[in-house]
Amino acid sequence: MTASNASTTDDRQPADERRQQAADLELCEISKLYPGQSDPAIDKLSLKVEAGEICVLVGPSGCGKTTAMRLVNRMIEPTDGDILIDGESIRDRGPAELRRHIGYAIQRTGLFPHLTIADNISTVPRLLGWDKQRIDARVDELLELVSLDADDMRDRYPGQLSGGQQQRVGVARALAADPPLLLMDEPFGADDPINRERLQNEFLRLQGQLRKTIVFVTHDIDEAIKMGDRIAVLKKGGKLAQYASPAELLTNPADKFVEDFVGADRSLKRLALQRVRDIDLWKVAEAREGERSEDVRRKFEDSDLPFAILLDEQRRPLGWLSDEAVRGERVTNDTRSPATPHIDLDDILRDALAELLSNGVQYAPVLDSRGAVSGVLSLEVIGRFLHSAPTESRTGAELVMDDPEPIPGEGDETPENTGK
Amino acid sequence: MSPDALATLPFAQVEIEQRSGESCIANDGLCPGWIVDNLGDYATPLVEHIYLTLFSVVVGFVIAFGLAILAHRRAWTMRPISATTQILYTIPSIAAFFLLQPIVGRGFMAGAIALIAYTLFILFANITTGLQNVPADVKDAARGMGLTDGQLLRQVELPMAIPEILAGLRIAMTTTIGLAALAFFAGAGGLGEPIEQDIFFKSNVVIAGGLCLLLAAISDLILLGVQRFALPWRRAQAT
Ligand SMILES: Nc1ncnc2c1ncn2[C@@H]1O[C@H](COP(=O)(O)OP(=O)(O)OP(=O)(O)O)[C@@H](O)[C@H]1O
Ligand SMILES: [Mg+2]
Repeated sequence: MTASNASTTDDRQPADERRQQAADLELCEISKLYPGQSDPAIDKLSLKVEAGEICVLVGPSGCGKTTAMRLVNRMIEPTDGDILIDGESIRDRGPAELRRHIGYAIQRTGLFPHLTIADNISTVPRLLGWDKQRIDARVDELLELVSLDADDMRDRYPGQLSGGQQQRVGVARALAADPPLLLMDEPFGADDPINRERLQNEFLRLQGQLRKTIVFVTHDIDEAIKMGDRIAVLKKGGKLAQYASPAELLTNPADKFVEDFVGADRSLKRLALQRVRDIDLWKVAEAREGERSEDVRRKFEDSDLPFAILLDEQRRPLGWLSDEAVRGERVTNDTRSPATPHIDLDDILRDALAELLSNGVQYAPVLDSRGAVSGVLSLEVIGRFLHSAPTESRTGAELVMDDPEPIPGEGDETPENTGK
Repeated sequence: MSPDALATLPFAQVEIEQRSGESCIANDGLCPGWIVDNLGDYATPLVEHIYLTLFSVVVGFVIAFGLAILAHRRAWTMRPISATTQILYTIPSIAAFFLLQPIVGRGFMAGAIALIAYTLFILFANITTGLQNVPADVKDAARGMGLTDGQLLRQVELPMAIPEILAGLRIAMTTTIGLAALAFFAGAGGLGEPIEQDIFFKSNVVIAGGLCLLLAAISDLILLGVQRFALPWRRAQAT
């Protein structure tokens, strides 16, 4: 191989890799009129989905979500308009070939009951002619990716799996050939709420690693808000009512239709978009047994609570200290109540609120990943957040990230700090 | 088939054994000794019977399979094909055995063609049912992953239709084994022939009839075994 040859491949490598990982998707004025119908199911729909984003199609039943999604892999042929994947028209590719490079997961999973889990997952790789070794390795990798035990699952049949496990396999199968684009039609729709929530969380974690471009169909606005980087709200007849980030949708619904669809509780829904670490927590005076009481009492000035929290050596909470505990020269371990429940910095605000309410407390310590106290979450803090104007920078996209870093310096700028 | 129809049929009763000696035989009874001595004489009719049945079912299956695929691919052909096989199925078997003789001549083919016609309805109905029973979401997922129509048929629809197809084969086999006992009317031989030759001699009827039943039972057991072997996913689901 000549040097120039090598350099061209080198130049192309990153672009190719990026393309393989996630594709840009663009729907251009796409329309679909089913034969024998008077009104189109999709009417001049234009959407742009950036590579690596989850675009959720949401709307009332029959508004054309499934139709719009199925136009992308030519399961339905449009009457007008075009769809571009990485700038190339899908019309230029044969339907079967096109579909092998687009992941496809549907509500009732459509697993093949007569094939083992391994054979189900390897459907597309087999169509693409991968060799057996590569397929076997890929199957194991995928099972692990969707949190299933490969050795246990590989040779089972779909009928021997629970609904949730089947849906995981469905997702694994859609991901098998590592497609840059994924279509998912209510993939978690058949599940009970608890299972569904878990699958959603797992999938978001997965997407955090994979960063595929995903078209995700649901009729559930809560799921849309949770899963979407961008949400396309469709009206009857496949008309686009609004295309925006979840936060934008909740704060600035484009019209009455979107406002009604999003629901009267949309300010509450914003809680689902924030993590505890994103809001300003209460400060609390920290104390250790045997510490000088005077030092602790001085910390009260800077605290939002009139008493201190007792910590162990690793700064883990032991309980709320009574007034007597800091009255003597040294701090005693006399607590007024256990400092429970423990809220995690990475908890979704909505879940944290639920935790407070279900424990019948007004406030609770917030712990970081090592279990050390980093502040206190209270009903008042949450109330303040609900009344505050939403900040533009906080979008649902940040939620998708597995471990968002707190913005450095943000805490230092707060009025409490500078004012005192 | 009514006994009247049998009585009016023009066939000759032929004595196959001299019965002067023993009283059991003279009384047309069930004679173990005679059965043991004469069992070998039934080998030829048995082989004929098996051959006729297998030939008819295999050819019937090939035809029904082709028709079922056609009906599956071109929906409009379903009704005419289904109607035709149904009409063939309703023709009384004896009539068919006689009607075919002027056309294809007396013998194996006359018997086989009638039997094939009978299997078509059962097999066609079962194969198409099997193909139709494949859930829509499974087919949708298959297409959505990029299987072509041929791949969908071979890798998904047909394997999933195997339970119904095998069920159809089992019915077709037992039915054909039964009907083949009448194929001697067409001159196609089989176990019906010795029965007809001395229908009053119990020993004769028991051997020939018993072989018929045994054949049906064995073929059904074999297909049952195939069914279990071929459908690990069904078995897995049951446990
Ligand atoms: N194959 C078809 N032939 C004719 N009309 C169809 C067909 N498929 C869908 N439609 C119609 O097109 C419209 C959009 O259907 P679509 O399945 O895309 O809705 P949806 O938004 O996915 O609804 P749901 O939330 O109930 O799944 C509906 O009015 C539906 O009746
Ligand atoms: Mg739908």
